Amino acid sequence: MAAIEEGGGGGHKGPGVKKAKKLSTRVDMTPMVDLGFLLITFFIFSTTMAQPTAMQLIMPKDTEKPEEQTKVKASGALTIMLGKKDGLYYYEGDDPTKIQATDYKKIRDVIIQKKKNTKPEDFVVVIKPNDESNYQNVVAILDEMSINEVKKFAMVNISPVENELLVATEKANGI
Amino acid sequence: MPKVKVAKKSTWVDMTAFVDVSFLILTFFILATKFKPDEPVEVKFPSSVSADKIPEMDAFLITIDKDGRVFVQMDDPNARKSIAENLNETRNLGLTPANIKSFTNSPSIGVPFAGLKNLLAMEPEQQKNVRQPGIPVPDSTGGELYYWIRDAKSTYAGKKVSWLIKADDATKYPVIKNVLEAFKRNDINKFQLVTKFRDAPIGTPLWNTRQNQIGAGKK
Repeated sequence: MAAIEEGGGGGHKGPGVKKAKKLSTRVDMTPMVDLGFLLITFFIFSTTMAQPTAMQLIMPKDTEKPEEQTKVKASGALTIMLGKKDGLYYYEGDDPTKIQATDYKKIRDVIIQKKKNTKPEDFVVVIKPNDESNYQNVVAILDEMSINEVKKFAMVNISPVENELLVATEKANGI
Repeated sequence: MPKVKVAKKSTWVDMTAFVDVSFLILTFFILATKFKPDEPVEVKFPSSVSADKIPEMDAFLITIDKDGRVFVQMDDPNARKSIAENLNETRNLGLTPANIKSFTNSPSIGVPFAGLKNLLAMEPEQQKNVRQPGIPVPDSTGGELYYWIRDAKSTYAGKKVSWLIKADDATKYPVIKNVLEAFKRNDINKFQLVTKFRDAPIGTPLWNTRQNQIGAGKK
């Protein structure tokens, strides 16, 4: 405590001797508390706790020359398509008509199953977001690649045929 | 009847402990947090399992808000100055030295080239309040963003630049695609997407790998 109490039992002085007025050493801390909390409030509002992180993304170089393009074996390919309203569709191999609807929770099992059943060097995931999908979906699916440690994946533009199939599937599912 | 004397109690409350606590919390906030960066728009970016830190130096940041408006941000004032001079020359913007000085002081730009002179003629406070329409990236040619990236690339030549993209959760994919296309046309294929960190879900391959790394670190 920042105060020294005046103890009793002081010696009696004789008459006429003036008693020196004892001042309390107690300090009023209220303004200090005010200031402290003001500063806290300021720091809460003007600073941020969360440090953003960076997700690496490497895009393939566009090339017209066939010898520079990466070939994908149909047996090892898994194509994931992103539609509107967080819709997710996939097909295996090179036949888009085998399109199946899924969602962001189930896709992990699909990827893991496919990874298990194909040779590691053949396994490749092709990500095709259509024009209705949003950035969150794209990042979520790219994230799924690193979660499942998919070594080879590519984000490419959706072909008109695939887009039509996707839209047809969406309609069939009432989206 | 004798009067019961009520002892007079002081209303003085000892605030010392209160002060202690408040300054302790204050110290915590000063040490554990960072000032919010100056942002042109509020962007709610998605989360990912990536744990890499955002590089602080030589970063060229593209911010895309949920309406698809595109902004460029550079931390280094010298780089901003040199980009402004470059663009002024190659795109015939007609910027005055005062405009370029204003550009050097404004951390983010989100207007078409045609509106750049008007924006830079404003006071810094006004610049913050005006609603910037975003840099046009209309199609896969990259629009005006292509020129921004081209000049940024030549400005930072010889340095390792981080090309950061910060987009909102709700941004539509075509905008992202066009921005990526603008980079690709400049032969830049490596980007960093700004995300919030989240842990890898338990039991997944990445989680296993990370657990093994922690285990190996302990041995």
